[in-house]
Amino acid sequence: MKFANTQATVYNDTVVRQFAIMTVVWGVVGMLVGVIIAAQLTWPELNLGISFLSYGRLRPLHTNAVIFAFGGSALFATSYYVVQRTCQVRLFGDKLAAFTFWGWQLVILLAAISLPLGLTTGKEYAELEWPIDILITLVWVAYAVVFFGTIGTRKVRHIYVANWFFGAMILTVALLHLVNSAEVPVNLFKSYSAYAGVQDAMVQWWYGHNAVGFFLTAGFLGMMYYFIPKQAERPVYSYRLSIVHFWALIFTYMWAGPHHLHYTALPDWTQSVGMLFSLILLAPSWGGMINGIMTLSGAWHKLRDDPILRFLIVSLSFYGMSTFEGPMMSIKTVNALSHYTDWTVGHVHSGALGWVGLVSMGSMYYLIPRLFGRKQMYSMKAVEIHFWVATIGIVIYIAAMWIAGVMQGLMWRAVNADGTLTYTFVESVKATYPFYVLRLLGGLLYLGGMLIMLWNVIKTATVGRAQPVTIPAVAAHA
Amino acid sequence: MDILFLLVPLSVVLVLLILGGLWWAIYRGQFEDVEAEGQRILKDD
Repeated sequence: MKFANTQATVYNDTVVRQFAIMTVVWGVVGMLVGVIIAAQLTWPELNLGISFLSYGRLRPLHTNAVIFAFGGSALFATSYYVVQRTCQVRLFGDKLAAFTFWGWQLVILLAAISLPLGLTTGKEYAELEWPIDILITLVWVAYAVVFFGTIGTRKVRHIYVANWFFGAMILTVALLHLVNSAEVPVNLFKSYSAYAGVQDAMVQWWYGHNAVGFFLTAGFLGMMYYFIPKQAERPVYSYRLSIVHFWALIFTYMWAGPHHLHYTALPDWTQSVGMLFSLILLAPSWGGMINGIMTLSGAWHKLRDDPILRFLIVSLSFYGMSTFEGPMMSIKTVNALSHYTDWTVGHVHSGALGWVGLVSMGSMYYLIPRLFGRKQMYSMKAVEIHFWVATIGIVIYIAAMWIAGVMQGLMWRAVNADGTLTYTFVESVKATYPFYVLRLLGGLLYLGGMLIMLWNVIKTATVGRAQPVTIPAVAAHA
Repeated sequence: MDILFLLVPLSVVLVLLILGGLWWAIYRGQFEDVEAEGQRILKDD
């Protein structure tokens, strides 16, 4: 059977371009909301007494905007680009691909309206109410059809490793979303989870941590395995290791979730299983991290004058750091100190700002000029400045949260000789104040970097021209 | 912990699917000349 996409002579870069632009736009929006809530934690009056602007409503808006709007758009853009380039065929289903773009933007728009209104399921990273959940499902199924349709009609026999990562991300996220978002609607705006109590908590963190593992890790590793070799103009250090990395990661990921529920009503043995699997994850994570960084082996000098490569390689160092820190924090005794403190917030942001953010920005700086018929960004100097501003911002942010977190943990557990608590809770809040100011500063720098990127992207798009790219004649056929 | 009666079988099914995927990839020759595949993407445009 002949499919229309196999007859096409040009790639479908329209949908890639749309998602790439929205990645930058949503990045600015999501990080701006992050900065606002960081300021609110420092100066609580900043909610101005308006319910829509209260911390509790803006916080899920921030997480949804950076994870699903910024990160999601980056994943759509790069996976659509990479699957076409590595399979040497046009994207399967033009209309379906367009539906994924407009559908995903509609999901984001509905999130931006419903969350400040206080419409929420209350499940972290799955706050959106049931009608939006259904729309997400439709878009995601369309995404799977487009992606796997393209793989199925590929003209290169081998499926490049990046596609395996993207594919695993698409399938797993579909499963996670369906299981965790099972809910009973009461009316159009309200539903209750199908699970209750500790059962609900277990499903929630099975979802939550696997979303970290597959949405925020596997998908972005797909990006890493394509854009680092392309930007460095060298093949990945060990292709063999990249295959082992993939299979080892997906085999071992599924049961890390219970580490979010240490010392809760969750049965003790389930907590220990979660801790064990979290520790195991260190091995495949570091294998992949070393593989990516060593791609530069023999060409380290490229780091000196290529800011895009610096984005990508530094993102991997943050990936290595947070995948070491994570397993350590999952150890119950460490968790007894770190849990519920700002250390967790620091850990999340070293992964989010350092790994997910930088690898997306680096990939976009590779992608966007090519999508507008240019060799490089309008200003490489601005890319360089963005790199430094963002990196310094991350370091300030996570160092402040580390110190604040350990301090809070120590203050909360400090006991007097007579068995009473040494500190009241509010004393720990007061002691955290300077670190909240520092965190805000780090966040402002990171947002500043994103604004530089937005300017640079607008300039690149206006001086460049979007041209259809011809699919090269395939040498090695399926 | 009734929920484990859902999540554990789900993981088993998933692992079987992953094994199936690995089986397919190995026996359909996906991993025959791996280092050359790493090189190929550098020439795709």
